[in-house]
Amino acid sequence: MVMLYGRKSQVDYRAKLWACNFCFQRNQFPPAYAGISEVNQPAELMPQFSTVEYVIQRGAQSPLIFLYVVDTCLEEDDLQALKESLQMSLSLLPPDALVGLITFGRMVQVHELSCEGISKSYVFRGTKDLTAKQIQDMLGLTKPAVPVHPARPAQPQEHPSISSRFLQPIHKIDMNLTDLLGELQRDPWPVPQGKRPLRSTGVALSIAVGLLEGTFPNTGARIMLFIGGPPTQGPGMVVGDELKVPIRSWHDIEKDNARFMKKATKHYEMLANRAAANGHCIDIYACALDQTGLLEMKCCTNLTGGHMVMGDSFNTSLFKQTFQRIFSKDFNGNFRMAFGATLEVKTSRELKVAGAIGPCVSLNVKGPCVSENELGVGGTSQWKICGLDPTSTLGIYFEVVNQHNAPIPQGGRGAIQFVTHYQHSSTQRRIRVTTIARNWADAQSQLKHIEAAFDQEAAAVLMARLGVFRAESEEGPDVLRWLDRQLIRLCQKFGQYTKEDPASFRLSDSFSLYPQFMFHLRRSPFLQVFNNSPDESSYYRHHFARQDLTQSLIMIQPILYSYSFHGPPEPVLLDSSSILADRILLMDTFFQIVIYLGETIAQWQKAGYQDMPEYENFKHLLQAPLDDAQEILHARFPMPRYINTEHGGSQARFLLSKVNPSQTHNNLYAWGQETGAPILTDDVSLQVFMDHLKKLAVSSAC
Amino acid sequence: MNVNQSAPPVPPFGQPQPVYLGHHQSSYGGQPGSTTAPTSYGAYNGPVPGYQQTPPPGVSRAPPSSGAPPASTAQGPCGQTAYGQFGQGDVQNGPSSTVQMQRLPGYQPFGSAILAPVVSQPAVLQPYGPPPTSAQVTAQLAGMQISGTVAPASPPSGLGYGPPTSLASASGSFPNSGLYGSYPQGQAPPLGQAQGHPGTQPPQRSVPLQASSFTPPASGGPRMPSMTGPLLPGQSFGGPPVSQPNHVSSPAPQALPPGTQMTGPPGPPLPPMHSSQQPGYQLQQNGSFGPTRGPQSNYGSPYPGAAAFGSQPGPPQPLPAKRLDPDAIPSPIQVIEDDRNNRGSEPFVTGVRGQVPPLVTTNFLVKDQGNASPRYIRCTSYNIPCTSDMAKQAQVPLAAVIKPLARLPPEEASPYVVDHGESGPLRCNRCKAYMCPFMQFVEGGRRFQCCFCSCINDVPPQYFQHLDHTGKRVDAYDRPELSLGSYEFLATVDYCKNNKFPSPPAFIFMIDVSYNAIRSGLVRLLCEELKSLLDFLPREGRAEESAIRVGFVTYNKVLHFYNVKSSLAQPQMMVVSDVGDMFVPLLDGFLVNVNESQAVITSLLDQIPEMFADTRETETVFAPVIQAGMEALKAAECAGKLFLFHTSLPIAEAPGKLKNRDDRKLINTDKEKTLFQPQTGAYQTLAKECVAQGCCVDLFLFPNQYVDVATLSVVPQLTGGSVYKYACFQVENDQERFLSDLRRDVQKVVGFDAVMRVRTSTGIRAVDFFGAFYMNNTTDVELAGLDGDKTVTVEFKHDDRLNEENGALLQCALLYTSCAGQRRLRIHNLALNCCTQLADLYRNCETDTLINYMAKFAYRGVLSSPVKTVRDTLITQCAQILACYRKNCASPSSAGQLILPECMKLLPVYLNCVLKSDVLQPGAEVTTDDRAYVRQLVTSMDVAETNVFFYPRLLPLTKSPIENTTEPPAVRASEERLSNGDIYLLENGLNLFLWVGASVQQGVVQSLFGVSSFSQITSGLSVLPVLDNLLSKKVQGLIDSLRAQRSRYMKLIVVKQEDKLETLFKHFLVEDKSLSGGASYVDFLCHMHKEIRQLLS
Repeated sequence: MVMLYGRKSQVDYRAKLWACNFCFQRNQFPPAYAGISEVNQPAELMPQFSTVEYVIQRGAQSPLIFLYVVDTCLEEDDLQALKESLQMSLSLLPPDALVGLITFGRMVQVHELSCEGISKSYVFRGTKDLTAKQIQDMLGLTKPAVPVHPARPAQPQEHPSISSRFLQPIHKIDMNLTDLLGELQRDPWPVPQGKRPLRSTGVALSIAVGLLEGTFPNTGARIMLFIGGPPTQGPGMVVGDELKVPIRSWHDIEKDNARFMKKATKHYEMLANRAAANGHCIDIYACALDQTGLLEMKCCTNLTGGHMVMGDSFNTSLFKQTFQRIFSKDFNGNFRMAFGATLEVKTSRELKVAGAIGPCVSLNVKGPCVSENELGVGGTSQWKICGLDPTSTLGIYFEVVNQHNAPIPQGGRGAIQFVTHYQHSSTQRRIRVTTIARNWADAQSQLKHIEAAFDQEAAAVLMARLGVFRAESEEGPDVLRWLDRQLIRLCQKFGQYTKEDPASFRLSDSFSLYPQFMFHLRRSPFLQVFNNSPDESSYYRHHFARQDLTQSLIMIQPILYSYSFHGPPEPVLLDSSSILADRILLMDTFFQIVIYLGETIAQWQKAGYQDMPEYENFKHLLQAPLDDAQEILHARFPMPRYINTEHGGSQARFLLSKVNPSQTHNNLYAWGQETGAPILTDDVSLQVFMDHLKKLAVSSAC
Repeated sequence: MNVNQSAPPVPPFGQPQPVYLGHHQSSYGGQPGSTTAPTSYGAYNGPVPGYQQTPPPGVSRAPPSSGAPPASTAQGPCGQTAYGQFGQGDVQNGPSSTVQMQRLPGYQPFGSAILAPVVSQPAVLQPYGPPPTSAQVTAQLAGMQISGTVAPASPPSGLGYGPPTSLASASGSFPNSGLYGSYPQGQAPPLGQAQGHPGTQPPQRSVPLQASSFTPPASGGPRMPSMTGPLLPGQSFGGPPVSQPNHVSSPAPQALPPGTQMTGPPGPPLPPMHSSQQPGYQLQQNGSFGPTRGPQSNYGSPYPGAAAFGSQPGPPQPLPAKRLDPDAIPSPIQVIEDDRNNRGSEPFVTGVRGQVPPLVTTNFLVKDQGNASPRYIRCTSYNIPCTSDMAKQAQVPLAAVIKPLARLPPEEASPYVVDHGESGPLRCNRCKAYMCPFMQFVEGGRRFQCCFCSCINDVPPQYFQHLDHTGKRVDAYDRPELSLGSYEFLATVDYCKNNKFPSPPAFIFMIDVSYNAIRSGLVRLLCEELKSLLDFLPREGRAEESAIRVGFVTYNKVLHFYNVKSSLAQPQMMVVSDVGDMFVPLLDGFLVNVNESQAVITSLLDQIPEMFADTRETETVFAPVIQAGMEALKAAECAGKLFLFHTSLPIAEAPGKLKNRDDRKLINTDKEKTLFQPQTGAYQTLAKECVAQGCCVDLFLFPNQYVDVATLSVVPQLTGGSVYKYACFQVENDQERFLSDLRRDVQKVVGFDAVMRVRTSTGIRAVDFFGAFYMNNTTDVELAGLDGDKTVTVEFKHDDRLNEENGALLQCALLYTSCAGQRRLRIHNLALNCCTQLADLYRNCETDTLINYMAKFAYRGVLSSPVKTVRDTLITQCAQILACYRKNCASPSSAGQLILPECMKLLPVYLNCVLKSDVLQPGAEVTTDDRAYVRQLVTSMDVAETNVFFYPRLLPLTKSPIENTTEPPAVRASEERLSNGDIYLLENGLNLFLWVGASVQQGVVQSLFGVSSFSQITSGLSVLPVLDNLLSKKVQGLIDSLRAQRSRYMKLIVVKQEDKLETLFKHFLVEDKSLSGGASYVDFLCHMHKEIRQLLS
């Protein structure tokens, strides 16, 4: 068992030995560390470096690989916009990056990029499910019957030669590919009246996966799938080509009326697993007004760490900028992305890993530190994350074990080490090691310690992930009930109250926000599918399962800023009471940025006050949220939908659906008052929710 | 045949042969000598023509000629009688007014000539007797001696022959004779030239021939005796084939000097015949071969009878020799020459029912006066037995060889297009026959009675027309469908697939780019050629540009489609590797207009050879390629044609994958048939789909080894396509042949998505079809594509009685899409006579057509039966036909005599050629692929092609003076005919050999090959140097003209005498015994005689 150093290790400087604090084995330092001493410590041993990254020099460095898979069943201007985006992206790639192009519509074309004078492509029927072997045979990727060469060295050279036709260094075929993209035509097959275009997304993706599988297994690669509509034929079809039959809705799914869903899902899962196994990640860029089948395809991104982007059209800045942002670079000029990562979690013996939730797949590595109870993707101590970027996160769940048989030594520390092997975008292989240790506290006697150390935000997000993870496979109400139960149990454990007296219930500060998070989570699109299409739900859940803590919190409980003449912009409660006539509200839900002009403000604006020199301050007031929104828009990936609306505007619904309905048509008059705007909903308000929570928490019946 | 007979009167055998020669000689020498001779010839000729009229006549002619000379005195009467008959004939002919008129005059001369000939005849006869040579002669002689045998030669009947068919035949012959009359003049000259010898006489002869032919028959009887006499001389003559020509020519002499010249030439060829013929003669008439010495000897042992045969009459004596003189048996050359002379110069007018057309080897013009030209339809017999019993008795197959889109010479107009407007062509309500000249209008024109089913139909108002006093519509001559045998209707939308007018068809070029194709240079050559060839796609009428669109596919183990849309800067290649489930990867830009996409196409064709220059792919697929083409047409919703250029056995993993199953050990076993059967049923299924789509497939094969032609040709075969095979293709050697074939194939006019239906009078019915097509039911012949070279042979059977008065009508209707996408119906009508006398049947047969049918029948038979069975069936049928004749039509004579009907006197020799063809009796060097290839080729051959294919033409190049620019007269395909001081050309429609004798003059070698001696000539040379001298130009010219006559380019091979290549060449000398065990002509004749005798006893 190879152990990496960590500052939690016990080091014997004289003997040049160190003891692993996960398995307690004593290890020799390697020769490179010969000079260490108490005053000359390597970074690994310094407490401020909880994370250390190692660069591995061994092994061939493989270039970055980008395989574009492009739907051609698009409207002319959509296709044109997409072509321009793609051409633009070529200029952002490092010159030695390998690129490939697959286009599809009724048929699937794999373009050979190295030909002069004639453009060459391999064409596949869009209706036929092909095995990886068949695809590779048909693409001529199977190695010519060269006598078996046991000699290893031959391997690296073969790669380029075999794959050269379909995946070429961008510097060689820049012009070719640009022309090719420029000449790309809409799918020429006629679409009869009342039909959807035949779109072979399933086969196209299958071929893309097969192509990379055959040429660059276990090498980081990015498949970028651009779709303008749902797959309508072949394996992975989501809807038939009859326009009169609409694509499945949540209603259909609940009624078990979605004919193609199960089969399609299976198809994409199979592809996702294969891609993941080879370390390739799949991005989906879906731009269409209707659904495109993200529900069925979500696993492709979710299991491989790819991006999922949903928009209305390729001809929107939402798509264009989001896509451009994929290729953003760090200060070293490297892409902010990494490939083919494996994450290994090691724990000291008091802890076991129960699972992980995030853009990963299990590597099925059992070990002593693997818990039998699975939370998320469990049963393993290693996961594979094919695509990573700086915001990618994994929620990892642990279990404290053996408390009875082997009580935790007082004053001891539990240690966890995260070892991430990955391919850096500079093509280096790297290993990043993060080691953390925490003191043990006794759950009976030291509850206060625990309480004080409780990170309610992280807990909320982790709980939310679990809930969302469950929601993928369970009925919505069950998940809500489960979440409620967890919340109640938490309150029972950490609340201070007198039994059967809800009014006496109190939570300490470190828990105070937690129930509110849960309240908003229950209302969030991650758990509520009402008013969302299956695709939208999938999209939201996708992002929720990979974004970092801050972003996740925004998703759970959107941020609401208020702008007024009364003072500087201030965050306000996400509550209907915050919607006032003389305010401008800026709401960030992560997916949307909503600027809402209160009634009065909107009237002023209509009256044109902002254009009058004497009301320049009004102009500034109007401008302030816009500037703030721009700031968010610039930083966020994917680009949020930007909504500018006002009191009474139809788009105001985005705001109204998020705020806590403290005032509704039901209680409007009871609350009376001039404050806030009533929300027409039957949803319970936070107040009601809390009342119930308190009642249940103090109830001895539970 | 007569030989024997003749023999009886005189020493038949030995003499006969000599006679032949003698004939010739006699005729020559003798006739010349005797002033009368020429006249006599004339007489002979005269009769001959009569015979010639029908193919048989030709046969008869020879005899006549021969007969004439000998019989002179005796014949005289005969001749007269004959004339009388002729006269009758004329009357019959009479109908064909003008022509006949001409003829009449001709006849008269004949008559006179005849008289004169009569004198000569005796002499001739003698020779004849011997010369059984031309069947005709024999016939005559036979007629004379044998009686009846010369069924065809009615005259004979007159003489004695006459009895059987005489009148009829006479009549038949007459028309011919009439023709002849006209011919002589025209023809005479050429013949004369050809012959060379008979300077003076020839001309005369030609004419005489015709006349004589007739006379002979007449004379026949009397001559008999004389015959013998001649025989002797004949023997002596034997050598000089020329003499015969003389004979022939001789007849014409006086009457038609010019004609005579003509005849002269024919004469010469005849002579040889004669010599052989004499025996033949006897044979011919009666077909008494017995005498054949050689054969006998050969058969001799086998046939004890041989001797007996021969012996019967006189042969024994003279023939102790035992050998049937080859010159004494019926000579194809003689028959061809005679027919050419007699019928070549005057148009063949189709107005008369049941008229036997000139032979396919004769150049003649056709005037459509109500029946389809023989270029479109030829029948085995123009006189059909009234009852099925009769037909069964005779065993003569009733078949028609139909070439619906036959190309016409420039002098003949292509069929008129008739537009009946929205209601579409007028048809019988019951049997759906189309309006034709034979429909009877009744009730003042308000109704018409269908000539096929007798149903009475209303005439639609817009079609109404009054009738004249004869009951004919007043506008009959203004309407092609009422006055012509062949015409076209514009089809309405009801006749179109899916009730939609078709779009213009498309051509898709599908090119194998595997290693072999690249290495041999094929791909480069082809692409280069296509660049210019595409400008010459077939176009309709005077259209400015072709409506046909083109597409390109290359393939090896996978397929590459090309997008050549005009808007593209460069072509796009789309590879489809999913060969298991083929589809067309693009819609727009695959099939394009050549002019619009010129630049892109050129760029593509430039790049294809480069792109694959380094290929190492050796495996190919085949079925998916066709599938792809078919799917492409389907996607484009049009019919079309695929041009496939393929090199190897498709062993790549794909549907239609084949394995090498070539196994020569199967030959002569019951499993031999598997070599001709496709390996897998996949191709039939595919072909069926192709037919449904109107997708015709032309296959060009370039194999270096076994490619399983039997399987690969299934689709072309069933879709009406062609197969071309270039074994071991090398650009240097085969370029010209391939390119020439390709150009022709691409440029030729094609009909697409065709359905052919043959309707007949009640009483007979089309029951069987042979050719390149597919049939989904029992009546509709479906042809995805049909060009002017493709022929369908249709067999008829009785299902009721016919009656003599009404005759039998055929109507062949072909619904097709023209190359401009117009939907049309082409209608061919043909009226045949019906007979109650077997003799009439035998007198109106056409052997060439018969052979065409029998070959196709046999070649299909090998698919299901052991080859031996097939061969035996053929022999038996032939024997039955001849035995039936002998029994029912020939005058009683000794059983030892072989008596052949005049019209069928070549049946044995031709049948023998079929029997020893590569398919039925393969030589050691013939590959399985070759056999399968030939088998499918023959399946769609027309009569002219089968004729020359089975009996190759052998043309001496150096016999006639260099200045003589006409085609030299052919000689018989036998090694004995080759003189080592001469050079010969041999062609069979597929191959072309130049044989150089070892002792050819140096001057000739120099002027032809540009080298100084025989030894310096490169054996196997395929191109003659272009030299500036008369001989070289003449030979080049001849080769060019031969090539122009054939639908496929014949590659020249120079063969030196005694060289190893000579074996190959000798394979085509079909009268000789073949290395593979095929019988010589003489041997086979004896065998046939024996069979007949067995049947008779």
